Amino acid sequence: MTTAPSQHWTAVCSLTDILPGTGVCALVADRHIAIFRLAGDELYAIDNIDPRSGASVLSRGLVGNLGDQLVVASPLYKNHFDLRTGACLETPEHSVRSYPVRLSGDSVMVASG
Amino acid sequence: MKILLIGHGMVGHKFLEELAQLRQPGTEVTVLCEEPRAAYDRVHLSEFFAGKSADDLSLVAPGFFEDSGFTLRLNTRAVAIDRRARTVTTAGGEVLPYDKLVIATGSVPFVPPVQGNDRADCFVYRTIEDLEAMTAAGARSRSGVVVGGGLLGLECAKALRDLGLETHVVEFAPRLMAVQVDDDGGRILRGKIEELGVRVHTGRNTLEITDGARARHRMVFADGSHLEADMIVFSAGIRPQDILARQNALAVGARGGIAVDDQCRSSDPDIYAIGECAAWRDQLFGLVAPGYDMARVAARHITGQTEVAFGGADMSTKLKLMGVDVASIGDAQGRTPDSRSFRYMDECKRIYKKIVVSADGKQLLGAVLVGNADEYGTLLQMALNRIALPADPEFLILPASDGKAKPGLGVDALPDSAQICSCNNVSKGELCAAVAGGATTLGALKACTKAGATCGGCVPLVTQVMKAEMARLGMAVNNHLCEHFPYSRQELFHLIKVGGIKSFGELIARHGKGLGCDICKPTAASIFASCWNEFVLKQELASLQDSNDYFLGNIQKDGTYSVVPRMPGGEVTPDGLIAVGQVAKKYGLYTKVTGGARVDMFGARLEQLPAIWEELIAAGFESGHAYGKSLRTVKSCVGSTWCRYGVGDSVGLAVELENRYKGLRAPHKIKFGVSGCTRECAEAQGKDVGVIATEKGWNLYVCGNGGMKPRHAELLASDLDKETLVRLIDRFLMFYVRTADRLQRTSTWRDNLEGGLDYLKNVVVQDSLGLAAELEAQMAHVVATYQCEWKTAVTSPEVRKRFRTFVNDGRPDARIVFVEERGQIRPARAEERPAAMADSTTEMAV
Ligand code: SRM
Ligand SMILES: Cc1cc2nc3c(=O)[nH]c(=O)nc-3n(C[C@H](O)[C@H](O)[C@H](O)COP(=O)(O)OP(=O)(O)OC[C@H]3O[C@@H](n4cnc5c(N)ncnc54)[C@H](O)[C@@H]3O)c2cc1C
Ligand code: SF4
Ligand code: FES
Repeated sequence: MTTAPSQHWTAVCSLTDILPGTGVCALVADRHIAIFRLAGDELYAIDNIDPRSGASVLSRGLVGNLGDQLVVASPLYKNHFDLRTGACLETPEHSVRSYPVRLSGDSVMVASG
Repeated sequence: MKILLIGHGMVGHKFLEELAQLRQPGTEVTVLCEEPRAAYDRVHLSEFFAGKSADDLSLVAPGFFEDSGFTLRLNTRAVAIDRRARTVTTAGGEVLPYDKLVIATGSVPFVPPVQGNDRADCFVYRTIEDLEAMTAAGARSRSGVVVGGGLLGLECAKALRDLGLETHVVEFAPRLMAVQVDDDGGRILRGKIEELGVRVHTGRNTLEITDGARARHRMVFADGSHLEADMIVFSAGIRPQDILARQNALAVGARGGIAVDDQCRSSDPDIYAIGECAAWRDQLFGLVAPGYDMARVAARHITGQTEVAFGGADMSTKLKLMGVDVASIGDAQGRTPDSRSFRYMDECKRIYKKIVVSADGKQLLGAVLVGNADEYGTLLQMALNRIALPADPEFLILPASDGKAKPGLGVDALPDSAQICSCNNVSKGELCAAVAGGATTLGALKACTKAGATCGGCVPLVTQVMKAEMARLGMAVNNHLCEHFPYSRQELFHLIKVGGIKSFGELIARHGKGLGCDICKPTAASIFASCWNEFVLKQELASLQDSNDYFLGNIQKDGTYSVVPRMPGGEVTPDGLIAVGQVAKKYGLYTKVTGGARVDMFGARLEQLPAIWEELIAAGFESGHAYGKSLRTVKSCVGSTWCRYGVGDSVGLAVELENRYKGLRAPHKIKFGVSGCTRECAEAQGKDVGVIATEKGWNLYVCGNGGMKPRHAELLASDLDKETLVRLIDRFLMFYVRTADRLQRTSTWRDNLEGGLDYLKNVVVQDSLGLAAELEAQMAHVVATYQCEWKTAVTSPEVRKRFRTFVNDGRPDARIVFVEERGQIRPARAEERPAAMADSTTEMAV
C-alpha cells in the first residue's frame, strides 16, 4: 500500500461505518469498491464486482485467511479473492483489482486512480 | 444354452445378477417365479410394517430384465421336472425345455401339526402377502401370539407389538433362541423382550387350538394351561422346499433339502440347487449369505469356471430388533472338547456376554452377546480369521473402566481376504480397493461395494476398515472443520456448549488459530444460535454470518434478495395474501408460489429490504427463514378439518410445529410435512421430519429428503399422542443439531450413523444415552428465546443502517436491471443488459 504521489484519495466513510470483520461497498468515481475492515483495524480494498456473476457483491462475502493469504469468499459462488492483490484463488482469470486504502483520523480513504 | 431357474427369491435373483455380470453370449435364461412379484428383500420383510412398500423392498434394479435379456415369469409355479426329456412343467401346463436347471425354491415355514392350526387368522411369516394378510387381521384384533421364540419369532413378535397388539410368544424349549444362546443368555434376553411389552411363555407344548372365550382362539398347552388371542403366527422354523427333488428321485439330505456337492450340483449333473432348498454335506443354511455364495458358485460353474467351490458357511447371527442386541458366533454353546469360557453378566442393565476359547486359550471359538452386541464385529473377525487372542481375553467383553480403550481388533491385523460383509461377500481387500478408487465415505463405499447394504451388521467394521485404509493411503481422514479448527463440527459443538463460549474471538483464541474463514465462521454462528439463541445480527455475531443470514434474505444471481414471509403450515388468510400482494406491487417484486407452499418475492434491493419487512411485519407476518440453515417449512394437507378421509388435524398440528421450531438453527435446513391420513398429500415421508395421522394418533417418520438424492423417511415411532410426538421431535432434532456435520441434511447424517435406524430409535425413543432430558431442555431454551429476526432488525437503527448498497451514496445499484416477462420482472440477461442499462441514470465505468 505505498502511495504514489499522483494518486487521488477519496474519503468514503468513517471507520465506525464498517463493522469489524466485514466489508462495505463505496461508489468512487463510478467504481464499485469493496472495503474490508479486519481485526486491528487493518483496511483492504478490491473491486466489488464479482467477475463470475457480474453482480456487485464482493463486499458482502465472509473474510478470513487461507494459509498466509487474507481472503474474502464471494457470497454467490464462494470463490476466494486475495484482499491484498485481488487475485482469485480458484480461477485466476477472475481476478480483480485492488486499491490503496488508509485511515486518516477517523476517515477511511481510498485511492481509485 | 437354455438356463431355467425355478424360484425368484433372494438367492435366485443373486444367481441372475451373477450370471448377467458374467455376460455369456448365447445363453437364454428363463425364471419361474411363483410369487406375484419379482424378488424382494426378505431379510428386511419386517420393515414392511414400518411403512416400506413392496417397491422399496425390491431387489431388482430398474431395467435389470430389459438389459440382461432374461425372461421373468411371475405367478408361475413349477410342478414337475422330466429329467430325461429335460423339461419343466408349470402349474399352467406349459412345458419348458432346459439344458441346465437351477432350483432356488427356498423354504416353507414349518407349522406344528396341532389340531386347529388351519383356523382363520392363523398365519405364517414369509412373504409380502403373508404380511398384508397379517396387517388386515391386525386391524381387527386386540391380541396376537407368535408360536416360536427363535430369531424370526422374536422379530415377528416385535412387528405385532408395533401393530399395537397385546403380544405373546410361545416357545416349546425352556428358553428363547435356544439354538444360539445358553441358559443365562436366554434369561437376560427374556427380560429384554419383556421390556418391549411382549409376554414370553417358554416350555409350552401346544396341543390344540380351539375357539376362545374372550378372543378368537384359545391355545391349549400340554401342562393344562391355556392362552387366548385373536390372531396366531407360526414361526416355528423352516423346512427346505425340496418337493420337486423328492418327486424326481434326486438325492435329498439327511434333514431334507436337495443334496448338492461343492459345485452346488444335485445328483443330476444338469440340475443345481442353491439357497435354503439345498443341503450341502447334510447341512441346511437358513441365512442369506451362504445362499449368495452358492449362487456365485453355481453361476460360475454353469458358465464353465470349473475350479469354483462352495465351502460351507459361518452361521454367526445378530438379531436385528430394535432395542434388543443379541448375537451369537461360532461355538456359542462351548461344545468343542476342552474349550473354556469367560462370562460377564450384569442383571441390572440386562447384559450378558460370553466368549468360548480353545483349550490353550489362544483362539476364539464362539461368543454370545445379549443386551449389548458392540463387540460382535471384532469377535466375529477374530473367530473367523483365527487371530491370536490377547493375553487377557476377558477384557474383550468386560466394560471399559477408567476410559481405557478396549483391546481392539485393529483392522490392520486382518488379512486382505477377511470377509467383512458376509451378506454381500465383500472382503477387506475389496473395500480397500474401493477406498483407493475414491469411495471415502460410508455412503459411497456402500454404493460401490454393497458392503453394509443388507443387514447392516458389518457397518461399524466397514467404517473402521475405511478409516484405516484412508489413513494408510495418507488421505485426510481427519474430520477437522477447516484449517482453523482441528475439530469436527460435533466436537466444536461440545467445546462451545461445555465451555459456555459465546463469541468467535473467544472460540478461536481457545481452540483454533488464524482469522477463520467462510467455513468455520457460519458453522460457529450456527452452533452459537443452537446453544444460546441470541440475535444473529448482534455485533459480535454479525461478521460470522453468511451473506444470506447477514441480510436475512437469499442472495440471487444479480445481487438482489428474495423475501419469504412465514406462512405456517401453508395457511394464509385472504387479508394476508392481499398484504403480500400489495407489498410486492409497491416494490415491483416478482412473486411466485414456492415448492415449500408459501409465497416468495424476488428482486428486492439491499436498501429496500428493511422497508419491505416493516410493511410485512405490520401485516402480521414474520421471517420465513428461507435464508437460514434452520427450519424452513412445515408442509401440510387440509386434513380432517375439510378432507373426507382425514383422521387427524394436520393443518393444526403443522401450524403448531412450525411455530414451535421456527428459528431453530441447525447444520442444514430442516423441513417438515404433516399429512392427515395415509394418502400422504403433504409428502411427509420426503421430509426431515414427517408426521402422518393414524386412527390412534400420529406416526413419526424421520430423515427423508427430496433434493439431489431423494430418500424415503423411516418410521421412528407410531401411534403417538401429541405430547409424546413433540417430545420425540425435540430429542431427534437436538440430537441431529449436536452430532451432524456441517451442511449435512438429516438423510445423509442418518446414512452415516453407525448403528443406523436402530441406534437412532434407541437414542431418541428409548433414551439409551441418557441424553433425553438435556436435549429436551435445550430445545425448550431455543423455543422460549425465539424472536423474529426481521422484527429485531427493523427496530434497531444500528442494524438497519447496514442495509445500504453504498456506504457513501444513497443511490441504488444501477447495475441491477430488470426486463419484463409474463407480466413480471426478471434479471436482464447479459445480452439484454447494455440496452436496459442505457436507460439507467448512473454511468458505470467497468
Ligand atoms: C424458492 C424455492 C424454489 C421455488 O421457486 O419453489 C427454492 C429455491 C432455492 N432452493 Fe430449494 N427451493 C425451494 C424448495 C425446495 C424443495 C421443495 C420443498 O421444500 O418441499 C426442495 C426439495 C426438498 C428437500 O429439501 O428435501 C429443495 C431442495 C433444495 C436443495 C437440495 C437439498 C438436498 O438436500 O439435496 C438445495 C441446495 C442446498 O440446500 O444445498 C436448494 C437450494 C435452494 C436455493 C437456496 C439455492 C440458492 O442458494 O440460491 C434457492 C434460493 C431460494 C430463494 O432465493 O428464496 N433447494 N428446495 C423453494 C422455496 C421453498 C420455501 O418456501 O422456502
Ligand atoms: C422375516 C424374515 C427375516 C429374515 N431375516 C434374516 C436375517 O436377518 N439374516 C439372514 O441371513 N436371513 C434372514 N432371513 C432368511 C432369508 O430371507 C433367506 O435365507 C433367503 O430369503 C433365502 O433365499 P432363497 O432364495 O433360498 O429363498 P426365498 O427367498 O424364500 O425364495 C424362494 C422363492 O422360490 C419360490 N418358489 C418355491 N417353489 C417354487 C416353484 N415350484 N415354482 C416357482 N417358484 C417357487 C418361492 O415362492 C420364493 O419366492 C429372514 C427370513 C424372513 C422370512
Ligand atoms: S431447483 Fe435449482 S434452480 Fe430451481 S430453485 Fe432449486 S436450487 Fe434454484
Ligand atoms: S454383513 Fe450384512 S450387510 Fe454386511
